[in-house]
Amino acid sequence: MLSFPIYLDNNATTPMDPRVLESMLPYFNSKFGNAASRNHSFGWTAEEAVDYAREQVAKLINANPKEIIFTSGATEADNLAIKGVYEMYARKGNHIITVNTEHKAVLDSCKHIEKMGGEVTYLSPNEDGLINLADLEAAITPKTILISIMYGNNEIGVLQPIEEISDIARKHNVLFHTDATQAVGKVPVDVMAQNIDLMSFTAHKMYGPKGVGALYVRRKNPRVKVTSQLDGGGHERGMRSGTLNVPGIVGFGKACEISLNEMSEEAEKLSKMRDRLEAELTQIEESYVNGNINHRLPHVANISFKHVEGEGLMMGIKDLAVSSGSACTSASLEPSYVLKNLGLDDDLAHSSLRFGLGRYTTDEEIDFAIDHVKTAVHKLRDMSPLWEMFKEGIDLKSVEWQEH
Amino acid sequence: MAYSEKVIDHYSNPRNIGTLNKDENNVGTGLVGAPECGDVMRLQIQVNEESGIIEDAKFKTFGCGSAIASSSLATEWLKGKTVQEAMEIDNMAIVEELALPPVKIHCSVLAEDAIKTAINDYRSKQGLEAIV
Repeated sequence: MLSFPIYLDNNATTPMDPRVLESMLPYFNSKFGNAASRNHSFGWTAEEAVDYAREQVAKLINANPKEIIFTSGATEADNLAIKGVYEMYARKGNHIITVNTEHKAVLDSCKHIEKMGGEVTYLSPNEDGLINLADLEAAITPKTILISIMYGNNEIGVLQPIEEISDIARKHNVLFHTDATQAVGKVPVDVMAQNIDLMSFTAHKMYGPKGVGALYVRRKNPRVKVTSQLDGGGHERGMRSGTLNVPGIVGFGKACEISLNEMSEEAEKLSKMRDRLEAELTQIEESYVNGNINHRLPHVANISFKHVEGEGLMMGIKDLAVSSGSACTSASLEPSYVLKNLGLDDDLAHSSLRFGLGRYTTDEEIDFAIDHVKTAVHKLRDMSPLWEMFKEGIDLKSVEWQEH
Repeated sequence: MAYSEKVIDHYSNPRNIGTLNKDENNVGTGLVGAPECGDVMRLQIQVNEESGIIEDAKFKTFGCGSAIASSSLATEWLKGKTVQEAMEIDNMAIVEELALPPVKIHCSVLAEDAIKTAINDYRSKQGLEAIV
């Protein structure tokens, strides 16, 4: 039995796994202690739970538990990584390299750095979303202290060549931070083998609770330090003050453990479903997959349906919870900057839908989604003047539009 | 964002989708908006040249639900009006009728522009000056 609406927006957030919820519950009431209370058993119990979760989290990414700094989420982790490195390594340099398809948490942290007098290079990716490694290397200067490039893109799912990037970073003695929010728990991530120095990730994209995430900070070869961005009790080895969110951290740990055990099976299942969804939907005339299809997260599909506007399309598929690259709801009317920065024309960017499959997605739901999207696209094309003009052979680029 | 019932009704059952022959002398066409902005409306009127009454109106719209509803509503309002009366249609009346939220007011502005552009296209075919 299908229950509506069908959730296909797992890049935005995931539902909590019931096993995660169960692991958390005692830490809201009977085991409510503050993990920093050293004088009684309430504190010790909480501390033990945090230590255990820290091990679970570390194991998933092949880190040492001491290298995990718990935060409120990936946004905070990105802020801490970028601003924290900028402040800590001010004597070495003031230049950061990133990519213009990063998440806003990275881009806006970089904007902040620029305001503080730092310099930032924003690389443009290729059309398929992958960065050009030669561009990256060419951008490095003696003042460069940090490269921040995301692991898997939230909108198109493209996986960057992490090992090649870290090789370049090492060669030039520059730290490498990656926002791996969408990748951790979905694909194997190994901070040792991949030479990652700092990495942001979060629980709620991997069937854990909202409000808890982590920054991985390498302790050896090289020993990395970040300047704390929150002043207080000096928790988390002085890098992030604030009473630990014990239930959240316990849930995060459990979510990591489940992902470690089930990731490969889950990825295989989801990529099959995703491929079927994509194969069916790209049978629709003038539909295009955005992003490199060979280097991608297993559960993401981003497709543009030409001459149909994304928000209008979403209204036509009200039984599906997906996301659109069209930002007609915002006053700016600007479509997704990620798609635009791939070099997509605005009209294609406005015509895109992002499907994010997840642990609880079923084949039946995919069948329904395929039918529902096909019907809606055809209905909207029947009322689209652009589709009619396209069918008449009019080059839409030659039309003089009356922009508002 | 929640859409009003009227927007949903027009979106689900759009009135007067279609195409009139733009080369006819008594047909006026207004094509406004731009694909880059995520909204393109084409509104057409067919006028009885003797009475000046709009006998038929059709639209096609690329855009969000509010844009589709605004143009669908506009065609309903246009039918039976004289060209002079149609010129009086104000975007705020569309906003009110469809209960459009502030971020969607531009959809009604676009519909008003489409009406005026269609009327002026008709007028120019009739050898009349454009009305602003």
